[in-house]
Amino acid sequence: MIVELGHFALILALLVAVVQVVIPAIGASIKDERMMRVADPAAVSQLFLTAIAFFALMHAYATSDFSVLNVAQNSHSTKPMLYKLAGVWGNHEGSMLLWVLILALFGAAVAVFGNNLPASLKARVLSVQASIAVAFLLFSLLTSNPFTRLDPAPSDGNGLNPILQDPALAFHPPFLYMGYVGFSIAFSFAIAALIEGRIDAAWARWVRPWTLAAWMFLTIGIAMGSWWAYYELGWGGWWFWDPVENASFMPWLAGTALLHSALVMEKREALKIWTVLLAILTFSLSLMGTFIVRSGVLTSVHSFAVDPARGVFILAILVLFTGGGLALFALRAKDMQAGGLFQPISREGSLVLNNLLLVTGAATVLVGTLYPMALEGLTGEKISVGPPFFDMTFGPLMIPLLIALPVGPMLAWKRGDFAGAMQRLAFAFGAALVAVVAVFAVEHRGPWLAPFGIALGVYVMAGAIAEWAHRVKVGSAGFDEVVRRARNLPRSAYGTLLAHFGIGMLVVGIVATSAYREEHILAMKPGETLAINGYDVTFNRVERARGPNYIDDLAEFDVKRDGQTITQLTPSKRLYDAPPQSTTESGIHASWRGDLYLVIGDAQPGGGYAVRAYFNPLVRFIWLGALIMFIGGGFSLSDRRLRVGAPAKSRQPIAVPAE
Amino acid sequence: MTRKQKRAVLIGGGVGTLAVALILVLFALQDSIVFFHTPSDIVEKGVQPGQRIRLGGLVEAGSVVRGQGTTITFKVTDTLKEIPVSFTGVLPDLFREGQGVVAEGVLKPDGQFKADSVLAKHDENYMPREVAKSLESKGVKLGESAHPGQVKAQMP
Repeated sequence: MIVELGHFALILALLVAVVQVVIPAIGASIKDERMMRVADPAAVSQLFLTAIAFFALMHAYATSDFSVLNVAQNSHSTKPMLYKLAGVWGNHEGSMLLWVLILALFGAAVAVFGNNLPASLKARVLSVQASIAVAFLLFSLLTSNPFTRLDPAPSDGNGLNPILQDPALAFHPPFLYMGYVGFSIAFSFAIAALIEGRIDAAWARWVRPWTLAAWMFLTIGIAMGSWWAYYELGWGGWWFWDPVENASFMPWLAGTALLHSALVMEKREALKIWTVLLAILTFSLSLMGTFIVRSGVLTSVHSFAVDPARGVFILAILVLFTGGGLALFALRAKDMQAGGLFQPISREGSLVLNNLLLVTGAATVLVGTLYPMALEGLTGEKISVGPPFFDMTFGPLMIPLLIALPVGPMLAWKRGDFAGAMQRLAFAFGAALVAVVAVFAVEHRGPWLAPFGIALGVYVMAGAIAEWAHRVKVGSAGFDEVVRRARNLPRSAYGTLLAHFGIGMLVVGIVATSAYREEHILAMKPGETLAINGYDVTFNRVERARGPNYIDDLAEFDVKRDGQTITQLTPSKRLYDAPPQSTTESGIHASWRGDLYLVIGDAQPGGGYAVRAYFNPLVRFIWLGALIMFIGGGFSLSDRRLRVGAPAKSRQPIAVPAE
Repeated sequence: MTRKQKRAVLIGGGVGTLAVALILVLFALQDSIVFFHTPSDIVEKGVQPGQRIRLGGLVEAGSVVRGQGTTITFKVTDTLKEIPVSFTGVLPDLFREGQGVVAEGVLKPDGQFKADSVLAKHDENYMPREVAKSLESKGVKLGESAHPGQVKAQMP
C-alpha cells in the first residue's frame, strides 16, 4: 500500500513539475503576477511529493518488503539497518529517485529563499528547473521504476554488493548528488537570464551562493568516495582516474571555475557572457557524468544492471539540455554587452587565467574519459586510458594554476601591481624554499621533482596565510589594530583563506604519498616480522569471527616502533552471506607522518599468508585538505553579503538591456 | 594598453593554453594508452613482446599455481587459445578459476605474460563487459549468467 502511494506520489510530482514548467513561463512572458507566483507552491509541492515517493521506497527497504522487485534485488533481511536504508541509493532505480529528490530540494530552496529575486527571473528559473525535473521524473517512471512489484515475492533478497556496505559509502552518494545536481540551479539561472535577455552583477550575486553550496557538497562527496576507495578496496590508492571518478571531477573543475568567474562578474561586471556559458557547461558536465555512470557504457561498481533503453534516454536528456542551452546561448549571448575593462595583470586577469586552466584541465579529463568509448564505438578497438595519461596532461596544466593561485588575490582589481604582489608573497616564497631544502634533507629516495611539488603545495598554503596577513596588516599595524581588522574581515575572506590553504594541503599530500610511498608484498607466516618505515610489524595469527552478515578472517598484527608496542592492526578478509562475495578490509594505523596500511591476501600452502604493507606518507593531508576546503565554502556561504536579503539594493546594479 | 592589445593578450593566452593542452593530449595518447587483447588476438595479431597491454579472458580451471612466495601463475583463456600469466602480489577478492579476469602487463619473448596488475571485475554471476563482448565475437557461447547485458563489476 505504502509502495503504491509512493508510486502515485511520483506520478503526481511529474504532473506538478509539468505545471511548474508551463504556467510560470507563460506568466513571465505576459507579465502576469499570479501565473508567475504559481512556481513557488509548485516547487514546494514537487519536493513534498518526491519526498513521499523516496520515503515510501525507504520504508520498503527498512521493512524488507521483498514483493518490491527493487528491494528483492538489492536488499537482504540480515543486512544491518544502516545499509538497508543506504541500500535505497545503492542501486540504479533508487539512486535516480535520490537524484530527482535533490533536484526538487534545490528548486524548493530557490522558491523559499529566493524572495529577493525579481518576480519574472524567479518564475523563469523555477520553470527551467522544473523542466529538468520533468525529464528525470519521466526517466525514472518509464525506464527505472523503483516501485515495480514482484509476484510471487521471494523469501529473501539478493543483498547489496558487500563493498558498498560501508559507512562512508552510505553517505557518499547523497553528498555527491547534492553537488552534482546543485549545479542545476546555476544552469536554470543561466537559461532564465538568456530568456530574459538581461544580465548584471546582481545576477552573479544570486547565483554564487547556490553554486558555492553545490561546490561544497561535491568537494566533500568526492573526498568521501576517495577515502572509501583508499581503505575499502585494499589497494592503498586514493584516486584511480576511473571514468566514474572523472565524471564527478569534471563538474567540480568547471564549478570551481564558475565560482571564480561569478566573482569577477559580481565585483566588476566583466566576464558576463563567459560566466553564463560556464554555468551551462558545468551542469552539462553533471549530466554527462550521469550519462557515463548510469547508462552502462562502462563497467564499474557504480553501473548497476544495464538496460540499453536507459542509456538512450539519458543521452537524449543530455543532448536536449546541453544542446538547447548552448543553442539559446548562441542566439542571445551576442546581445549582452561586455562589461568592465581590465589590464592583463589584475585580479580579473588572474581569475581569467584560473578559468582558462581549470576549463582546459576539465577538457583533458573529458578527452581521457571519452576517448576509449569513442574509439571502441568507431573502430571496435579496446583501449584503456589510465593514470599515465592524466599525469601527462592534467598534471602540467595544474602547475601554472597553483603558481598563480597566491598571486591573484594580491593583485588589485582593474590594474594590479605585480612587483608589489611579489613583495607581499616573500613569506610564501621563503616557506617554499625551506620546504625544498627540508624535503631534500629528509628524503633521498623518490623523483627529484617531488620536493618541488611539495614546495608548491607549501607555497600555496603560505600564500593563503600571507594574503590574510596582508589584509589585516600583520607587521604594519599594532596588535589591537590587527585583531580589530581580523574581526571585521568578511567571512568570505576567511572562506578564501581556508579553501586556498586546503588546496595547498591537498597538493602536499598528493605529492608526498605518490613520490615517497613504501610498499612491500610478501608471504608471512605467524611469528614473522616485517620492518617498514621504522615500524616493526609482527604477524600473530588469523582467527575466524562472525559478523552480522559475514564471516571474518581476522589477521592480527602487532605494530612496534623502537621496541614499544604502538597498536594492533587487524586487516581481514570477509565472506558475505548474500551475495556470497568476499571483501578485503584493511588495517590502518594513522599518524601525522602518514599511514601504515596492511592488507592480507590468500592463504599460502604451509600456513603463510600473502601480505601487502604500505607506508603512505602524509596521505591524510589529501582528505583533510578537502575537508578544509569544504569548511571554507561554509564560511563563505555564511557571509552576510550573501545571506542578508535584497543585496541588489545595497549597490546600484548596472543592468544592461539586451538591445 | 589599448583595448585591442588587451584583447590580443586574452586571445593569445587562451589559444596558447589550448595548444599546450592539445600537444600534451596527443603525446599522452601516443605513449600512455594500453590496448586490450584476448589470448586469440595475441596469437593472431602477433602482439610484440615488451609492449604494454591488457589481457582479458577467463582464468582457466585448474591452472592456478600458488608458489611459496607471492608469485602466482595461471592461464588466461578465451576457450580457443590460452596465455600463461605470472603475477607477483595479492590477487583481488573476486579472482577465481573459471571467472573473467583482466591482467595488465607485458608479454615476454618466451610467450609468458608478466602482469603487474590483475583486475577481476565480476561477481558470482557476471563477467567484465570487454571480456564477454570479445568472447561472444569469437563465437564462444556464454551461459545465461555471463550475458553481457547484465554486467555487474567492481571499481578497479
